[in-house]
Amino acid sequence: MATLGKDYKDGEVIVRQGEAGNCMYVIQEGEVEALAEANGREMRLRKLGPNDFFGEMALFGTENRSCSIRALGPARVMTIDKKSFLAGIQEDPSLAFRIVKVMSQRIRDLTGRLAEYEINK
Amino acid sequence: MAPDSGGFGRLGQQTRAPGSKPTKPLHDGSRIAVIGAGPAGSMFSYFLLNMADSVALDVQVDLYEPRHFCHRGPAGCNHCGGVVSESLVQRLATEGIALPDDVVQRGLESYTLHMDIGDVEIATPLHESRIAAIYRGNGPRNSEPLDTNSFDGYLQQLASDRGARLIQQLVTDVRKEDDSMRIDCADGTHQNYDLVVVASGVNSRLARSLQNLAEEHEAPALTKTFICEFRLGKQAIRETLGPSMHVFLLDIPRLEFAALIPKGDYATLCLLGDDIDDELMDRFFSAPEVARCFPGGVIPRHVCHCYPRINIRSSRPPYGDRLVMIGDSGTTRLYKDGIGAAYRTAKAAARTVAFHGVSAQDFREHYWPLCRKIDADNRVGKFVFGVGSLVQRARFARRGVLRMTASEQQSDGPRRMSGVLWDLFSGSAAYTNVFLRTLHPAYIGSLVYNLVSANLPGRSARPAEQPRGGPT
Repeated sequence: MATLGKDYKDGEVIVRQGEAGNCMYVIQEGEVEALAEANGREMRLRKLGPNDFFGEMALFGTENRSCSIRALGPARVMTIDKKSFLAGIQEDPSLAFRIVKVMSQRIRDLTGRLAEYEINK
Repeated sequence: MAPDSGGFGRLGQQTRAPGSKPTKPLHDGSRIAVIGAGPAGSMFSYFLLNMADSVALDVQVDLYEPRHFCHRGPAGCNHCGGVVSESLVQRLATEGIALPDDVVQRGLESYTLHMDIGDVEIATPLHESRIAAIYRGNGPRNSEPLDTNSFDGYLQQLASDRGARLIQQLVTDVRKEDDSMRIDCADGTHQNYDLVVVASGVNSRLARSLQNLAEEHEAPALTKTFICEFRLGKQAIRETLGPSMHVFLLDIPRLEFAALIPKGDYATLCLLGDDIDDELMDRFFSAPEVARCFPGGVIPRHVCHCYPRINIRSSRPPYGDRLVMIGDSGTTRLYKDGIGAAYRTAKAAARTVAFHGVSAQDFREHYWPLCRKIDADNRVGKFVFGVGSLVQRARFARRGVLRMTASEQQSDGPRRMSGVLWDLFSGSAAYTNVFLRTLHPAYIGSLVYNLVSANLPGRSARPAEQPRGGPT
């Protein structure tokens, strides 16, 4: 068997919150967790598995990483270059469709969680 | 709509009467025949069904493929070097198509350039495997059962899972009938469709029969290549070739590109150029730079070989009324990234069909621009490969290229020559992009410096510290 991407060990940080980023990642194998860090505490935002992607905001803006991503067990992840991605959507805008769809689901999920938090506060 | 006269004599020409509707959109129940379930045909089917679903359009896609990709040797093979480029691997991953481990024979993370004056490894800055070595079929002739799967078989399954109906029949003829297209199969049956998509490549009989039918259709220009498989074993491949694709820049007339691609137990050798013949192959196999890549410096007998033809100039135009040609049958990239071109043309054709229509006008407006873009880039590519041939012939130029590349690989600075060679070998970037980068003043300055440094009397073609290999 042969593989694509890069291997990460359990607990290894793939993306660190606050760092500059110029690529997105697609999980080939294993699981990772997205963590938001504030005031010395961290909160798990979501768990991601094979074929899920993260770091997509770096493709559309220049802001730093909004959260950290840590491997949950051994994980294999492939990098998608910003330059390569943008060249792709110049030719074929539908390439961004899946990303927009997932980002929209994530906004919906966060809106629901924020509403729940405000109600229960 | 002006009545159709039938035949292919009007491929790509204006077919509509003044005031008529320019498009022929698909409707619920439209039937589409896709001839050939290689990457172009399967990806077209997959993307069209996805797009049709997104606009609530219910169409039937019949995917004709006589071969079983689970077979080893020629019966299941599509005669190709079998490399999925870095850019295509990323685009597929973005689409949600992650190549499974059992389809990837080996993940490649570097290129090793071999010349008579030495060799240099060009590594990806990320040290990540993003180039996939694959088999289009299920491995070479007489190979043992493998725990791997065919790339074409995987894509065919993807299309099938999405709803394409696989028909294991050989299509022998395509013709126009009133307001539909008729296809004839080898078993004597025939079917009529609203659209026929030709994705049978350039090595099929159908490609030749389309050529005969088309009065004003210019078929793709072809050249012969040579591909063979060596059984070396996993351990020997790990020790001699590693996760690197080996590329040869040798002073052999008519040879444009030669590469040795490691895959599982085997390595695939691919020779591309101007009509590869026995004389050219003899010169290639007697080159010491080639023998050095094999265990013990001895080139074993190959276990499987073929002389497939490749498309070096697009068919023109690659569409007609209710007809479109994709992948190698239509337009592909010169020498490199044929699977990437299959993906791009398949998706552009699927977008045209799903969101516009199936008339010649639809394809001219929405599909032809991509083909023209690839054609224009190929013309630049031809020039770039021409410059490469000059470098192959000039020893002083080879020394300069080797020195500049090796220096870049030893430092953390800009990788101008490495990047140019990487994109040229891998087909990851457009030839125009590669060419423009060679016009950068810093590239030209560095090349001139390295040409002079490498050719001064008593100087090595490599910089002082060498990561691998020896000075020459």
